Amino acid sequence: MNRLFLKGVKHGIPIALGYLSVSFTFGMKAVSDGLTWQQAVLISMTNVTSAGQFAGLPLMLAQASLIEAALTQFIINLRYALMGVSLSQKLDKTMTTLHRMAFSFCNTDEIFAVASSQPEKVGKGYLYGLMSTPWFGWALGTLLGAVAGQLLPEFFRTALGIAIYGMFLAIILPPARKEHPVRVVVVIAVALSLCFRYIPVLNQLSSGFVIIICAVAASTVGALLFPVKEGDA
Amino acid sequence: MSWSSFFPYLLVMAGVTYLIRMLPLTVFRKEIKSVFVKSFLHYVPYAVLGAMTFPDVLYSTGSLWTALVGLVVAIIMAWRGRSLLSVAIGACLAVAAAQAVMLLL
Repeated sequence: MNRLFLKGVKHGIPIALGYLSVSFTFGMKAVSDGLTWQQAVLISMTNVTSAGQFAGLPLMLAQASLIEAALTQFIINLRYALMGVSLSQKLDKTMTTLHRMAFSFCNTDEIFAVASSQPEKVGKGYLYGLMSTPWFGWALGTLLGAVAGQLLPEFFRTALGIAIYGMFLAIILPPARKEHPVRVVVVIAVALSLCFRYIPVLNQLSSGFVIIICAVAASTVGALLFPVKEGDA
Repeated sequence: MSWSSFFPYLLVMAGVTYLIRMLPLTVFRKEIKSVFVKSFLHYVPYAVLGAMTFPDVLYSTGSLWTALVGLVVAIIMAWRGRSLLSVAIGACLAVAAAQAVMLLL
């Protein structure tokens, strides 16, 4: 248990560092838009979702209806439902209902991706470790951005913006290099994502929907063309 | 923003996000037998991250050129199997270097 927890903590460090830069930006923006630093940090501690928080900020400041706020979170974060089903297949026996309910609070894109990429099934020790460092980094980055955001020179702030994508690439490229099916799935997802960004009409769709459509379409093609043999997944 | 108007939004946003994450992970207990569904779920993380990275990475630094430099460095390092942390740091350093060069030009 203890050793697995530490292993999770260690695997969470790069995620936490990537989060620092993103949540720093969130904290900075939240305060300059009119929230107090306590409110900014509280949002990060309870939501732990970058896209959702950035989208929710203007809604609360404009006093939009709560239904609109709920619907926005629902659409942007619906991809987590897909990830939840996927990860549910990867959990070992230590993940009882209560532990599932506790861990899912912090099942972010990155935590999900790292947990999924483990060769064996994952349990509560590892997952609690894996969620703790990123959660702390997310809250700390928000705090730093909220209280000191204006102090950091723009030069460093912009360079930090790419950190999270470097991490994504480090997760998808090694398996894409080894496994032809993963390569095909990634190429399809990226191609669709580009279409939804640059083709008129298609680019009207919200980013939450775009990710779901890309993921469902690319994974369906992958599952049809390259069914995973028993023991592979 | 006043706390009394802040709290309803905080509760709604956190509540909706939590339920979306919690319900599927908690409800699905049995191992899925269908090869199609299993394969589908196996590919989901790669598809999600691919779609989240492109084209957003190109706009992550405020300049297409510095982002491209960071992206190329990240791709090379990730392709060679470097750790998450080194790829993230390598990309940031590459962007910083590109920004420095652009300032000098």
